[in-house]
Amino acid sequence: MTVSPSRKQPDAESSLSTMSHEHDHDHTDPPSDIELRVKALESLLLEKGLVKQDALNAIIETYEHQVGPKNGAHVVAKAWSDLPFKQALLENATATVADLGYVGRQGEHLTVVENTLDIHNLVVCTLCSCYPWTLLGLPPVWYKSAPYRARAVSEPRAVLYEFGTVVPEHKDIRVWDSTSEMRYLVLPERPAGTKGWSESQLQALVTRNSMIGVELARPGAEEVK
Amino acid sequence: MNGGHDLGGRQGFGTVNAEPESEEPLFHAEWERRIFALVLATGMLGQWSIDESRHARERQNPADYLRHSYYENWLVGLEKLLEEKDLVARIEQDAQCFRVPDAADARKILRKGDPTLLPDSTQPRFRSGDRLRVAKRQQAGHTRVPTYVQGANGTVVNHYGTHIYPDQNATGQRAGAHLYCLRFEGSELWGSESFSQSVYVDLWEPYLEEIR
Repeated sequence: MTVSPSRKQPDAESSLSTMSHEHDHDHTDPPSDIELRVKALESLLLEKGLVKQDALNAIIETYEHQVGPKNGAHVVAKAWSDLPFKQALLENATATVADLGYVGRQGEHLTVVENTLDIHNLVVCTLCSCYPWTLLGLPPVWYKSAPYRARAVSEPRAVLYEFGTVVPEHKDIRVWDSTSEMRYLVLPERPAGTKGWSESQLQALVTRNSMIGVELARPGAEEVK
Repeated sequence: MNGGHDLGGRQGFGTVNAEPESEEPLFHAEWERRIFALVLATGMLGQWSIDESRHARERQNPADYLRHSYYENWLVGLEKLLEEKDLVARIEQDAQCFRVPDAADARKILRKGDPTLLPDSTQPRFRSGDRLRVAKRQQAGHTRVPTYVQGANGTVVNHYGTHIYPDQNATGQRAGAHLYCLRFEGSELWGSESFSQSVYVDLWEPYLEEIR
C-alpha cells in the first residue's frame, strides 16, 4: 500500500488527461519544480505556525495505516453473511457502518447500492474525486483521471470492459455521479462457490475495485464461469 | 462554472489505463504525500469550506487544469487560497489568530467529519417519482450541477433532506437547500443507442425545474 518516503517519482502520476506512467529519467535527477514548490510551501507554513508537524504526520498516518479498503471489505462480507445487517445497510448506510466504527471525513453521508442479477452499479465523481474515504481510503489515480471521469457516465460498458468486466446487455448499468456530499459504495454480488464461508474468508474476495463497481468480487472456490 | 473539471461525457481522453489494484501505492511521490497533508491541515484552520477549496482548483485555465496531475491541482488551489485569505500576513500580525490543530486535534477532526445535512426548515418542492428538468445555467461561480445533465429530464428517486448548498458555500455563505437524487436514462443523455444504462446524479432544488 505504501511507498517509502525516500522513493522519488515526481512525475509518476502524470497529467489528468494522458495518464502515462512512463518515466525514463534516472532517480538522481535534481528535484522537480513541483517538489520544490511543495517543499517551500511546507517550510513556510511550518515556520509561520500555520500547520504543526505532528498534525501532518497524524493525517498521513491515518490514511496510510488506518483507513482503507479493508473497512469496506468488512462491511461487504458482513452484508453477505448477515441479512438483517444487509437490510439495515441498504436502508441507512451511514448509521449502520457508524455502528462498526466507520465514521469521519468523506464518509459523513453514505448510500450503499446493491448489485443484483439485473443491476450493475458503478461509482464516479465527474466533477472532482468524491469517494467514500471512511470505507475505501483515498481514491486510486485512475478514479481521479480524466478518462474515467469523462467516460464512466457516457460509456460505462466500454469502461468496464477496460477493467476486464463484461456486463451482459440485459443488465441495467446504474452509474452514480457523486455530485453532493453523499458518498456511494457498491455492494457486489456474493460470488458463487462460497456457501458456508466465514465472514473473514468472504472478506478476502472483496476488492476495492468491486466496491467502486469496475470489477466483480473475486470468484469463490467452485466458480466455473 | 463549466471549467476543465466538468468532465462528464467529454470525449478524446483515451482509455482508463488503471494500475493493478494490488500494485498501486497510495502516493506516487513524497511531494504528493506532503501536499495531501498540507491541504487537510490548513483546511482545519476553518478559513475556507470544502466548496471554496474545490472552486480554487476549478478556476484555472482549463488547459492548465487538465495538464496538471491531480495533486498538482491541489497545490494550485492551496496556493491560491493562502494568498486570497492572506493567512501568512494575518498570523504574522497576531500569532494567536488561528487555532492550529496538533496531532490529537487533527485525528479528532478527521473522525468527526463535516456533515452537510442541516435541519429541515422548509418543505421540499419535489418528491420521489416526480419528472423534472435540470435548468440550463451559465454561471461563473462554483456549482455542482454537471453540464451533461443540464436541460435533461430525470426522475426523482430520493430526497436526502436539506444539505449545505455548494453554490453559496463556495462564497462563504452557509445556507441549505433540498437535495435530491435523480435518475437519467442513458438515451436521454447520450442518444438512443445508450440503452440499459442510466446515471444517478445528486442535485439541489435550485438546479431543478418543472417540465413545462
